[in-house]
Amino acid sequence: MEMPAPDAKIMAKKAMLVNRLMQVLPKDAVIHDEFETRAYECDALTAYKCPPLCAVLPATTQEVADVLKICHEEEVPVVPRGSGTSLAGGALPTADCVILGVAKLNDVLETNYDDRYIRVQTGRTNLSVTGAVEEQGFFYAPDPSSQLACAIAGNIAMNSGGAHCLKYGVTTNNLLGVTMVQMDGTVIEIGGAHLDAAGYDYLGLICGSEGQMGVVTEATLRILRKPEGARPVLIGFDDNEVAGACVADIIKAGVLPVAIEFMDRPVIRATEAFAQAGYPDCEALLIVEVEGAPQEIDSQLAKITAIARKHKPVELRESTSAEESAKIWLGRKSAFGAMGQINDYMCLDGTIPVSELPYVLKRIGELSKQYGLDVGNVFHAGDGNMHPLILFNANKEGDLELCEALGADILRLCVEVGGCLTGEHGVGIEKRDLMYDQFTPEDLEAQMKVKDVFDPKWLLNPAKVFPLTATQTRRARLSN
Amino acid sequence: MMTPDSEHALAEAVASATSPIRVQGGGTRLIEQVDGDVLSTTGLSGITLYEPGSLTLVAKAGTPVAQIEAALAAENQRLPFEPMDHRTLLRTTGTPTIGGVVATNASGPRRIQAGACRDSLIGVRYVDGQGTIIKNGGRVMKNVTGYDLVKLMAGSYGTLGVMSEVSFKVLPGVETSATLLLHKLDVSGAVDALSKALGSPYEVSGAAQCLVKGITALRLEGFEESVSYRLAQLRNLLVEYGDMEELHGEASEALWLANRDMKHFSGVEGDIWRISVKPSDAPAVVASMPTATNVFLDWGGGLIWAVVPQGTDVRTPMGRISGHATCLRGSAQTFPPEPPVMAALSEGLRAQFDPRGILNQGVMG
Repeated sequence: MEMPAPDAKIMAKKAMLVNRLMQVLPKDAVIHDEFETRAYECDALTAYKCPPLCAVLPATTQEVADVLKICHEEEVPVVPRGSGTSLAGGALPTADCVILGVAKLNDVLETNYDDRYIRVQTGRTNLSVTGAVEEQGFFYAPDPSSQLACAIAGNIAMNSGGAHCLKYGVTTNNLLGVTMVQMDGTVIEIGGAHLDAAGYDYLGLICGSEGQMGVVTEATLRILRKPEGARPVLIGFDDNEVAGACVADIIKAGVLPVAIEFMDRPVIRATEAFAQAGYPDCEALLIVEVEGAPQEIDSQLAKITAIARKHKPVELRESTSAEESAKIWLGRKSAFGAMGQINDYMCLDGTIPVSELPYVLKRIGELSKQYGLDVGNVFHAGDGNMHPLILFNANKEGDLELCEALGADILRLCVEVGGCLTGEHGVGIEKRDLMYDQFTPEDLEAQMKVKDVFDPKWLLNPAKVFPLTATQTRRARLSN
Repeated sequence: MMTPDSEHALAEAVASATSPIRVQGGGTRLIEQVDGDVLSTTGLSGITLYEPGSLTLVAKAGTPVAQIEAALAAENQRLPFEPMDHRTLLRTTGTPTIGGVVATNASGPRRIQAGACRDSLIGVRYVDGQGTIIKNGGRVMKNVTGYDLVKLMAGSYGTLGVMSEVSFKVLPGVETSATLLLHKLDVSGAVDALSKALGSPYEVSGAAQCLVKGITALRLEGFEESVSYRLAQLRNLLVEYGDMEELHGEASEALWLANRDMKHFSGVEGDIWRISVKPSDAPAVVASMPTATNVFLDWGGGLIWAVVPQGTDVRTPMGRISGHATCLRGSAQTFPPEPPVMAALSEGLRAQFDPRGILNQGVMG
């Protein structure tokens, strides 16, 4: 993945820049030692690494504003960083950038159960937002797999989803307000605790903008009352296509499960070897979870199992207790770890129309054979968000490149059938150069024009989202 | 009046325009006088794609809302956000279009549970102020590829582009709906009861209060047995608020249709305001409008509809309460003035999307 060459003028003024940053931040909040900056050289897309010029860890919105003001004056790029769990390289530094980490901004500022919101600093982790309200029976709905570690700042930047978004939506559907610092240091307030913010939908625009419009330091999030209970059913099929048809029939029947997860044979086998969840050895497994009071769960599961039986499942296991539920989820939740045990893998994130599921799975199988790399599929079937896992050997010459080429072909396939490159991980650097497969030059230009408004100097999170060829003129204009 | 019959013709019409354009769907949601030649999207009509199994519907912008709702109903599905019909409130006639719903982000009582129009909108195609055709989003419900201009277009009142096609995530319809009514609560008591219900696990999909009649209404939807279970639970939860009454089936549906379209304000004289605050601020907002002749709370108190004597200033008395007030009918400025830094961003966006400043001039500032 190509990154622009670092700007020699910026590299040359590191000492002066560090000095200026130390005037507005405590000394230990400016990390400039070449050894220590290595801690920030990559995010969860570990194939790409580059230590930044320096990293800063501001503890207040004012400190964030001070840092950005200095970087704006000095025309130094800034890469905002939440917890560094991006799978798309969203927080990958450039050698001439300042990493702005929000890890010290982790306070809960306000909880209001009557009006059902919580206001937090954005360095707080996703799971600890729910942690702050669960004693009162509430939760924060978006639940990305990395929720133990990932920060709300990164969730907002990438518009993160999770397993339960079929019912509860993704980050953008649960975000009520933000405090955001613009690149020139201006602090803006958008929305609040009320449901619809005034004027243009800036919240919608900022959410998912991958840290390229500003640094969000505080967020007001919608919290919901926990359902009385939840229970899954495990359904095994001999055929991917039949499993896909079963998903469509469940949805058409008017049942809205809180999650419909799908695993194919390679993933089932790997997780079974790893976690012994007691999964049957079959072609496709569905985990369908419903919520509500005990009798509601019973009646919903009855509807679902009746539909499933029409598709002649090889296994149908309805959970009747918390232990059985945990066992059903055990395999799914350890799927990524299990795949990691057997190999290095790359996790893709394309979304497809649910109706295209059987065709896409068949094509992925063919592409896998063509490239000679195994692919496992585990994903959110209800919303069509696929997560093909391509297995490769990072120590084998050329394997990463082969894996990336297969990944690109699979993502092009997703676009071809009416879907998109990324459903919840973001573009980052990973899918940047595939954007022309989904968008026309005019479509991308319209998006870049928004960036022009928020960050006219194009300093925030450079070389992400848009193909380098698309941003060439803008970057050239600025380096002169 | 220009009525292009294809996206291409729409792009041509905008590109060749030499004077301001007034963008219009069915013309039922006019909240601002706009100068210019009318550019109607009614020539762009029809459902382009509907896949019930994928919960996805795509339609051209000028498609009548009624046509979309009928197609969905035939498969027992629906638009989750329950789009409001503005005709009663604004005394307009004509046929509401789906493009108009999106342009105004029109959302009904179910917004508290299922989100607003912008939350269900997953894709747009539009023509910008220079006549360029742009697409954003698509037809899948999880999509973070590039910036989300879909949400930006929702509620932009035709000032950033003219929509040609819109895509939605839809949801299954429900077997039944029921309403629990509480009586004689004042505004504080009502908001209190509504908050208690909305903070319960019983999935309330409507929470409203008609102040004039002193009726508080809570809606439950779903499968028959689930609704009756939750109704019983809700009754227990709210026992301290006095006598209760239940509405079922058609009676329940008729009430929420009236709430959705604000039929309670049918024929009223005076100015009509729509105020968005957090629910617990509703009593203070209501107290700040002593001359109001009719007040209706939706969204658990977070949305306040008010009728006030002509020319009454509603914004200033709200003081420091966080939120905003829109004047839907009356002589006051429709939208609240933006703080200077936000106004500069909005101006910047308009300059990028519509550099000639010809689309619905002045509507959003």
